[in-house]
Amino acid sequence: MSIEAHGITKAFGAFAALNGVDVNVPKGKLVALLGPSGSGKTTLLRIIAGLEFPDPGSGRVLFHGEDVTDLPAGKRRVGFVFQHYALFRHMTVFENVAFGLRVRRHRDRPSREGIAERVHHLLQLVQLEGLAGRYPSQLSGGQRQRVALARALAVEPKVLLLDEPFGALDARVRKDLRRWLRRFHDEIHITTIFVTHDQEEALEIADQVVIMNQGRVEQVGTPQEVYDRPATPFVYQFLGNVNVLRAPALAVALAQTGHGAEQNPDGLIYVRPHDIELTPHDAGGDGLSAVVRHIHAAGPQARVLLEQIQSREHVEVEISRSELSDLGLKVNDLVRIRLRMAHSFEEDYAI
Amino acid sequence: MLLTAVALLFLAFFLVLPLAAVFIQAFEKGAGYFLKSVLEPDALSAIRLTLLTVAIVVPANVVFGVAAAWAIAKFSFRGKSILTTLIDLPFAVSPVIAGLVYVLVFGAQGWFGPWLIAHNVRIIFAVPGIVLATAFVTFPFVARELIPLMQAQGTDEECSAVALGANGWQTFWRVTLPNIRWGLFYGVILCNARAMGEFGAVSVVSGHIRGETNTMPLHVEVLYNDYNIVAAFAVASLLALLALATLAIRTAIEWRTEGSA
Ligand SMILES: Nc1ncnc2c1ncn2[C@@H]1O[C@H](COP(=O)(O)OP(=O)(O)OP(=O)(O)O)[C@@H](O)[C@H]1O
Ligand SMILES: [Mg+2]
Repeated sequence: MSIEAHGITKAFGAFAALNGVDVNVPKGKLVALLGPSGSGKTTLLRIIAGLEFPDPGSGRVLFHGEDVTDLPAGKRRVGFVFQHYALFRHMTVFENVAFGLRVRRHRDRPSREGIAERVHHLLQLVQLEGLAGRYPSQLSGGQRQRVALARALAVEPKVLLLDEPFGALDARVRKDLRRWLRRFHDEIHITTIFVTHDQEEALEIADQVVIMNQGRVEQVGTPQEVYDRPATPFVYQFLGNVNVLRAPALAVALAQTGHGAEQNPDGLIYVRPHDIELTPHDAGGDGLSAVVRHIHAAGPQARVLLEQIQSREHVEVEISRSELSDLGLKVNDLVRIRLRMAHSFEEDYAI
Repeated sequence: MLLTAVALLFLAFFLVLPLAAVFIQAFEKGAGYFLKSVLEPDALSAIRLTLLTVAIVVPANVVFGVAAAWAIAKFSFRGKSILTTLIDLPFAVSPVIAGLVYVLVFGAQGWFGPWLIAHNVRIIFAVPGIVLATAFVTFPFVARELIPLMQAQGTDEECSAVALGANGWQTFWRVTLPNIRWGLFYGVILCNARAMGEFGAVSVVSGHIRGETNTMPLHVEVLYNDYNIVAAFAVASLLALLALATLAIRTAIEWRTEGSA
């Protein structure tokens, strides 16, 4: 089932948490809502779920083209997983998963055996068969996460809404679980929105990324689109490391890349650390001169911190370890830098 | 270490010693006299009245306390801070003043007094007044116990229940109530203890009619003023026993909740 939200505005007192947000999620897709803390991701998700309502007259929420704006949460057939799971602490895993079936009206409620069968099927799906009798406090974070997912799926939702599903887990478990979520989604194809403030997570598993900032949508696109063609400086900075340079001298270097900076030589220029090429200074050529200030060589990539000679601006460059040893760089060496790819935005977009 | 010793000494002197004195005094003239003091008609009437008051006040305050705590902890609305302050009012007001206010409102010379007399309804110097005064004084106990607990638990579980299709009633019975059951139980115990022991407010509205409007604490006072010290302590020992039971239950609950948390 597709999800559409049009012109959603939501104010808490005088503070606008959402400001005319439009989102469109095609049927069966896995979409990431990405944004910094406080950007309104949870609020938007809760409005889609029906746990919160947009300001009167401000916007509509449509499921499969049908207006559900005034429908309460229980009637929308959404599976919602909360930022901190919100499992029922006094119920076992089994009871948690069965809850959504138990509270149905008598004529819609499956039989006792029907419920047990469905719960066990779901626990199998999330790989927790053996833990049906445990209480939430006896589970690890990753296990709780999957119980919350199974509980949400028990009511056969038409859409799945996950609020920072991996937020409270350590880096390793996060990685495992997000790949698991992708595979899981490929199996059951339920329209899913998941909230995250981790750009790596969003870019890795989502079909589409919605980037939010201060209650507005900054950009919507596939991971590759938003990464390669960020629409705003905010998106550029949010999706990975970036050098923000303000230097007329760089216009020279930029003219070669053909990114239009020559029309806007005083503007800010955005360059990713891995889009900068280093060459030895004595080799000549047209790059800008810079001095090596620091080399950080732990990890798969080496990070080199440079100071550009004319403008004295600092530039961070990422190169492979082998490139680093080929160049034989040391601190205080002189090098040339060339920009492979860079962006400039209209000045009034700058943050 | 020294501090602990001082605290223990203080406790022994101000709490354990007087409590022991109550029981020693109560049995000064032997078990027979104790039973006689506790079973004489006026004493029995006082016990009955106290139990009746408790049977009305405690359930009423449970309903009110749960409703108020639920509203304050789980929703935001205008006037919330006023409601929170009002709940604390009985803690801030001297019970005697609370009693006097009821006399002022419902007494013979009070605002509704003439109307009540004309319709043959007695509130002051009768059971309804005692119930009202006790209800006022014990008003905060359940709510105060539940509000911090419910606030700490937040609304996420309720939201989950609603998103899973539960209606308000199901959410309350299946999710909220089980999560607060121990806090609620303890609130009830405290409310009960205070309702049985309340003296000031009840004293003002009761009129001290022996065998009719005397509750246990009032009966103790009457006996004491009659220089019937041993009988007074015999009835008082029943109240002291209640206090001990309350403490024991509290400890048991704390054990339990720590064990399961
Ligand atoms: N019930 C509320 N009352 C008042 N302000 C609120 C309420 N809920 C959210 N806000 C405010 O709205 C803004 C957006 O909140 P929201 O929870 O949607 O952010 P978020 O993007 O989910 O952030 P995070 O990544 O930290 O979870 C925040 O500034 C927050 O303080
Ligand atoms: Mg959030």
